[in-house]
Amino acid sequence: VTHGGQAAAAATEAYPRIVAALIRITGDWTLAEDCAQEALALALERRPADGVPDKPGAWLMTVARNRALDVLRRASVERRKLRELAVLALTAATELEPQEEVVDDRLRLVFTCCHPALALEARVALTLRTICAVSTVDIARAFLTSESTMTRRLTRAKTKIAEARIPYRVPTGPALTERLPGVLAVLYLLFTHGYNADGEPAFAEEAIRLARLLARLMPGQPEASALLLLQHSRRAARRDADGNLVTLDKQDRPRWDHAAIAEALTILADLPDSGPYALQARIAACHASATSPEDTDWPRIADCYDKLVRVQPSPVIELNRAVAHGYAYRPAAGLALLAQARAGGALDDYPLAIAAEAQLTARDGDRERAAELFRLAAEQAHSESERRALLERAAENR
Amino acid sequence: MKYMMFVCTDPEPDTDTENEPDIDVWVAENDAAGRRLQGMVLAPRSTATTVRVRNGQTLVSDGPFAETKEVIVGFDLLECADLDEAIEVARTHPMARGGRIEVRPLADFEQ
Repeated sequence: VTHGGQAAAAATEAYPRIVAALIRITGDWTLAEDCAQEALALALERRPADGVPDKPGAWLMTVARNRALDVLRRASVERRKLRELAVLALTAATELEPQEEVVDDRLRLVFTCCHPALALEARVALTLRTICAVSTVDIARAFLTSESTMTRRLTRAKTKIAEARIPYRVPTGPALTERLPGVLAVLYLLFTHGYNADGEPAFAEEAIRLARLLARLMPGQPEASALLLLQHSRRAARRDADGNLVTLDKQDRPRWDHAAIAEALTILADLPDSGPYALQARIAACHASATSPEDTDWPRIADCYDKLVRVQPSPVIELNRAVAHGYAYRPAAGLALLAQARAGGALDDYPLAIAAEAQLTARDGDRERAAELFRLAAEQAHSESERRALLERAAENR
Repeated sequence: MKYMMFVCTDPEPDTDTENEPDIDVWVAENDAAGRRLQGMVLAPRSTATTVRVRNGQTLVSDGPFAETKEVIVGFDLLECADLDEAIEVARTHPMARGGRIEVRPLADFEQ
């Protein structure tokens, strides 16, 4: 590892802790972010001759704190009352080094960023900005919006946190059980933003990092990290050399990240089949541990979908359940479930519903009809890479 | 921190009507804990009058200013440590099930 690499790794690791500690002490989100960013920039500018500080985290924290004190002392007179309070708090703060206490700070920050009183999209953006230190420009690009719109959205969320006084703490008791799925949902959305065909791969890495942190800090809630690890394990095999999506059955399985799969399987070994994330992780694990597509334990997958559709009913889950049944038992059984899933009309604009019908029809032996359906699905595809993948399927069935 | 709790009706109330909380118990508990500073129930919407002044003219009209299905039927002024405490107070109000509750902090001009 190079000097620069070490410094960058230490800085990335330290960033959310610094932001979290400064928010805890000063209550000022913008100040905390600005000072942490500046400390990070200073750390990355250090030349090899300056050497790596013994405790890079503590070094960064001190730089950020001094910077915050500087800004506060020079702040305008109108804000004097707040400023004095913050200076007092910062001067008195003794827990600036990244000890256990500060690890909790990050978790508190996650729960604040993911508070249900904020709009869902704002929660994801705020988590990216504050905890993952992703720039506003990059977040805006991922949400297909302008930087100024994203800046306004983030400012609005931070203003609400301050003015409605959204607390900065991990809830306890029944409130924790109620709020945790919301946090996992944000992590999962963050992950899919990175995982989608046209997404930002770094977001997936950030989601995994946070899910691991959540799993480490809150033992007993590891299913989300297992699920994300399993999805993420396929990242190297999901695109071909031209950037086209490669479907699961055609992926080069040795290229999967087998260390990540093993980590996830260890986590899952101790978990019961309950809760939406555990069930989805179990399904992903069935795929991940099959050495070939034919080797896949489809009856087990179908069973997991039966349970999943009860705890988290949704048209997309019904669709996947239909495919699983078609593969586990007879294609006709899958097609019948698929017709049921589409009856409500919720899957009308969903090209993958047509693709699923095509897949099951091909398995049933009617290749001509399957090719026709794949072409129809391609016409409705949401992205270019999805369209190409579906057309390729159509060609195979001709 | 002061929060205003607007108690409203909702076209889709909760269908689970078992173990509904008692409003008198709710008032007594929150008054005793010092979380509820004040609270009132409003007369029906049919008694509302809207008043505007435009170009020096007073315009008075019958009815509330917003024609929505949700109607404010009362309010409570709360003193809570933070939004989570205010949400907890709102959650246990009977109208959180029978209707809906909007929780809003009072503006703080000190800051």
